[in-house]
Amino acid sequence: MGIYSCIGENLAEVKESLYKGKSGIVVDKERIDFGYRSPLTGMVSKPNLKGILTRKQRISIGEEGEYAYMATIEAFKNAKIDQDFIDANQVGILYGNDSTTKSVIESVDKVREKKDTTLVGSGAIFKGMNSSVTMNLSTIFKLTGVNFTISAACASGSHSIGMAYQLIKSGLQDCIICGGAQEINPYVMSSFDGLGVFSMNTENPGQASKPFDANRDGLVPSGGAATVILESYDSAIKRGAPILGEVIGYGFSSNGEHISTPNAAGPSYAMKMAIKQAGISAGDVDYVNAHATSTPVGDANEAKAIFDVFGEHGPAVSSTKSMTGHECWMAGASEVIYSMLMMHHGFVAPNINLETPDEDAKKLNLVSKTLDKKINVFLSNSFGFGGTNSALIIKKI
Amino acid sequence: MTKEVIIEKINNFLIDEFEVESDDISPDADLKETLDLDSLDFVDLVVSVEANFGVKLVGEDFVNVKVLQDFYDLIENKLS
Repeated sequence: MGIYSCIGENLAEVKESLYKGKSGIVVDKERIDFGYRSPLTGMVSKPNLKGILTRKQRISIGEEGEYAYMATIEAFKNAKIDQDFIDANQVGILYGNDSTTKSVIESVDKVREKKDTTLVGSGAIFKGMNSSVTMNLSTIFKLTGVNFTISAACASGSHSIGMAYQLIKSGLQDCIICGGAQEINPYVMSSFDGLGVFSMNTENPGQASKPFDANRDGLVPSGGAATVILESYDSAIKRGAPILGEVIGYGFSSNGEHISTPNAAGPSYAMKMAIKQAGISAGDVDYVNAHATSTPVGDANEAKAIFDVFGEHGPAVSSTKSMTGHECWMAGASEVIYSMLMMHHGFVAPNINLETPDEDAKKLNLVSKTLDKKINVFLSNSFGFGGTNSALIIKKI
Repeated sequence: MTKEVIIEKINNFLIDEFEVESDDISPDADLKETLDLDSLDFVDLVVSVEANFGVKLVGEDFVNVKVLQDFYDLIENKLS
């Protein structure tokens, strides 16, 4: 696995931030000038790929693809996968992404200015399509397996892992790169900001995202990329891969209701489906990485759903979005990585900024301070606009 | 604009933007093979020419352009 996140641009940095409960949220002054209601965001540095990728590769890759490239090269290193292995085996890619706003706007602006479509250059089309990440990474790494993008709003990254799990389980593929990427720029979140659902706590950016707290006032957008390599057990054993964990359950559902307001029934169904598929009982889950984004209705309904599934004395629960903000299309994959790091290092990362749990959250075993604890099985929730839900269960090997 | 300035500008953007090795640049260098320019690169050549010379090339302009000297001549003709 590999990560490029606002709380660290590699696995080691991210592990430290998670353990220390460090926030990656800042005020982006550019957003104030742009007309945002809230300038809060997670931020990562722009990768410098000159000298690493060729000009032809660089001009076709947008911001989200650059982040995904960074996460993926770390994932390959971590998984001990080199180009020779990729060349000799049918490696696929299923990556979550749901926007390429900056690339589209910049190229259309150029056409407006020049009144000439050729002058946008050859890379614009490949940067502007929603499948930009998979088309770029598949050509850069010369992949020959399954190759498409999963667009499912803020559950994109999670569904990509779930779909890869299904393809591998069914024997159709042996090794799939999955993950999620999220661009960070003033263009992409402007319409989301317009809904008035972002936190306004600009005085204390690090305290702005407070999932499950009674005084939460909205989410904080964020981004970057996270890559997880899924591989069949036989393939991993054959090449001596470091096996970090086993995906044992993938549950999904659709709320069938409002386009943006989540409910409790859909998430509850997805979690129960994942638990059933995993062949475990709810009591076997040691930790739940909640989707909770710090919105009033979303967190309350997820708390109800978690309580419905796990009941009294349930597993440890925290939302790492308290530190990272909402990494949207990336979140489902990054939160699997955050949970994997916790599982491997024996701790539960805190749900920071949790001072007063609301009535629904009080029923959960919420972890607000770093907890040293052995995790054998965790469940990671991801929900998105349109009522799409995904729950993944991963077990320590 | 003198022919020398045209050549210098073209060579500069080939080196800086297209990452062509300076040693590979010579008037008889084949654009497609020696300089490894594919069909997409020709779109970007149009962009660079417009940015550097204010001239918009179209596909037909490249019909007789095989080597770098042809390209220098094309731009010189467009500017004349």
